Amino acid sequence: MADNAVLSRRSLLKGSAAAAGAFTLGFSIPFTEAQAQNATPEVNAWVVIHPDDRIVVRIARSEMGQGTLTGLAQLVAEELEADWSKVSWEYPTPGENLRRNRIWRNFSTGGSRGIRESHQYVREGGAAARIMLVQAAAKEWGVPEGECRAAKSVITHTPSGRTVTYGKVAAAAAKLEVPKEVKLKPASEWTIAGKSVKRLDTVDKLNGKQVYGADIKLPGMLNAAIKACPVFGGTLVSFDAAKVTGMPGVKKVVQVDRRTVAVIADHWWQAKTALDALPITWDNGPHASASSETIAATLREGLDAEQAFEGNKAGDAKGAIASAAKRVEATYSYPFQNHACMEPMNATALWTPEKCEVWCPTQNGESALAAAIEASGHPAAKCDVHKVHLGGGFGRRGRSDYVTQAVLIAKQMPGTPVKLLWSREEDMLQGTYHPITMARMVAGLDKDGNLVGLHMRISGQSILSGVNPQGLQNGRDPVVFQGLNPGGQEGPFGYGIPNLLIDHAMRNPHVPPGFWRGVNLNQNAIYVECFMDELAHAAGVDPLEFRRRLMKNTPKHLAVLEAVAKGIGWGSPSAPGTAKGLAQIMGFGSYVAAAAEVSVSNAGEIKVHRIVAATNPGHVVNPDQVAAQVEGSFVYGLSAAFHQECTVKNGRIVEENFDTYPAMRINEMPKVESILVPSGDFWGGVGEPTIAVAAPAVLNAIFAATGKRVRSLPLKNADLRRA
Amino acid sequence: MASLNVNGRVVEIDAHPDTPLLWALREQAGLTGTKYGCGIAQCGACTVHIDGEPVRSCSITLGSVTATQKIVTIEGLSPDISHPIQKAWLELDVPQCGYCQSGMIMAAAALLAKKPKPTDVDIDEAMTNICRCGTYNRVRAGIKLAAGI
Ligand code: FES
Ligand code: FES
Repeated sequence: MADNAVLSRRSLLKGSAAAAGAFTLGFSIPFTEAQAQNATPEVNAWVVIHPDDRIVVRIARSEMGQGTLTGLAQLVAEELEADWSKVSWEYPTPGENLRRNRIWRNFSTGGSRGIRESHQYVREGGAAARIMLVQAAAKEWGVPEGECRAAKSVITHTPSGRTVTYGKVAAAAAKLEVPKEVKLKPASEWTIAGKSVKRLDTVDKLNGKQVYGADIKLPGMLNAAIKACPVFGGTLVSFDAAKVTGMPGVKKVVQVDRRTVAVIADHWWQAKTALDALPITWDNGPHASASSETIAATLREGLDAEQAFEGNKAGDAKGAIASAAKRVEATYSYPFQNHACMEPMNATALWTPEKCEVWCPTQNGESALAAAIEASGHPAAKCDVHKVHLGGGFGRRGRSDYVTQAVLIAKQMPGTPVKLLWSREEDMLQGTYHPITMARMVAGLDKDGNLVGLHMRISGQSILSGVNPQGLQNGRDPVVFQGLNPGGQEGPFGYGIPNLLIDHAMRNPHVPPGFWRGVNLNQNAIYVECFMDELAHAAGVDPLEFRRRLMKNTPKHLAVLEAVAKGIGWGSPSAPGTAKGLAQIMGFGSYVAAAAEVSVSNAGEIKVHRIVAATNPGHVVNPDQVAAQVEGSFVYGLSAAFHQECTVKNGRIVEENFDTYPAMRINEMPKVESILVPSGDFWGGVGEPTIAVAAPAVLNAIFAATGKRVRSLPLKNADLRRA
Repeated sequence: MASLNVNGRVVEIDAHPDTPLLWALREQAGLTGTKYGCGIAQCGACTVHIDGEPVRSCSITLGSVTATQKIVTIEGLSPDISHPIQKAWLELDVPQCGYCQSGMIMAAAALLAKKPKPTDVDIDEAMTNICRCGTYNRVRAGIKLAAGI
């Protein structure tokens, strides 16, 4: 595989060329020698076919566990009419993409976009390659192309019955012009896509062979451990290198940037040991006294603020609420959270006066390359990034701060590759955190219990302000309104409410925010879906029925909700001691819903017994992998809901490891039944949306079980003991 | 210089005796299948077998392991992915990112060695590893498949 840590792009291409040289061997049909000699096995940018019929599909997006590489390969193979058993994959490098005019387009792997945003052009790539292969065979046989058909990597001339395999014509096909217009198969004709084929990347994960960034080894490589000022906004004043330079293996202590110091040693453990012993003086900067309490006070102020950005508006919400028969109000809050990828951040860099190369797990190879170019001081043509499998990403590895650091360190060791690996503690303290927000929900019900007006005021952090301020629209962050929008891919609001106002008072604490799997859909779904539950109870109406009345114009939202209600047995009595809750949302292009069955003991211990989830992602490329994403989404979402909170004291994050920032374990894991209801008329993502319904379904079930409404997460802070 | 018996071979390790076994395995023995996740015995990514027992190698020192104790890492579990746990994992496509899976597999293999037909409670008690991707239900199913239950 191309992601073998010691393979550079150049040796990869060399390997391919060598394979092409073997092209003539075993060649039974008289394609000319000359053709064979000049052969490159690349049919087009997406498809490489070796003479022995092995197919390599190029994957631009990053694999971090979500299965996107298998799904994308399925889509290419489908249109290619490939023999799936011969398909493997490789990553082109971002540098190669740049040199080839971004032929593989976007490398960014976030927002559950891997498949939904590239299905069209990767399928076209597969189809174009198939057409070229057929053309090459027809040309060689001197028969009309229309008399040939391709299936399972074999081209058959139907009238004569002659056949040839892809590997034999690949070199000739590569010389043909890539067709501009191709026709794609309807999903109903799929034989590889849409099927639960096995992942292409499992075997090496079973025997320790899979090379992650943390495992990279290059000849002569040194290792670095790093510490940035734990107080955001603080800087590095000084460090006493002399105190540690004599320690075993230590090569150098280097300042990385204004706020960061690193120790370089033969081995990482030596580097970390020396770093722990290094006397460091920090200037904690302007936020040294910030705390969770001061941040919460700022957000609370925003709940009542005059100025706010509008996200969704219909009628006159405030007027309708003021004149309603019944007013219901509740305030919710959601904390900072760290992604806590299983593999801590890392990158390996080699800097010489001529060039810079980086090996790293990244969700965005192109932004990693941009970071390497900037930090190295070299022109783009002299830099490249070699992507490796990610030990989790969840949004954190869309940022390239660790790439910049690795290059800045390697630059101080010219000619020597240096692997930078963060400790878990560094990873926890230098996150880009799930944004912190609160929401005040105010609604008016008429005398018959109908919802006549809703004002949802979000107060809190904007991710774009921290990550990409250019994305703001006159100061407004549109991403804040995920799942609450009037329309669009990122979540049209599921309820028809005659008088509606959803607005955002932006309050940005000093803690850096980031895209955290599920992003703003997570808290928005909790705020809306739990409050809907509150309103249903206030109106004395069954929560499912209450929602149904508001969903006449959002049938796709309703369909997944109905599916989970049916699956969990909504309306029929729960098992003794258990109660049910449900939630729905639309986001990342997909419609999702969940229903949960929970019990709460007298001591206040919550047990989630069963989850039923429904997903309409439009198209399903690999049902088993979608199911895996749905299952995993409950682990990620319920870990957050039950346990996870990054608190702030003296300007810094308090929780430094899994002992104080726990994740859900197997004993807490409920059964998950995943229902897929693809409607076939759009393409949505599946890596994230389900996370958002995990918490509200459980919170609503907890209310049903206990009569207690938890409005502040995580649940570990809630007292559910029976009085 | 410490001598370790790893995957049936004697390996000479040139590291300070205080070095966690995890880092001696990864950096001196070159066995990077064993992963670093937390360093404080919380996550289980670093699980290896010592004389058949699952051990979190981040939290024992090189100096505390004797030359005769038999260490098995993920690389030594089977020569060809033939351990029943590995076969079940392949069959069910258990791993997502895979980073936790060396530890998961080693913990599961140790469980099966002790309890060939584990109950759900046995699984809950033995499998305390963290998986951030959320493969728990497939881990459970994989253990049951391997155990033939
Ligand atoms: S690294 Fe050893 S338990 Fe986490
Ligand atoms: S498979 Fe990714 S952490 Fe378990």
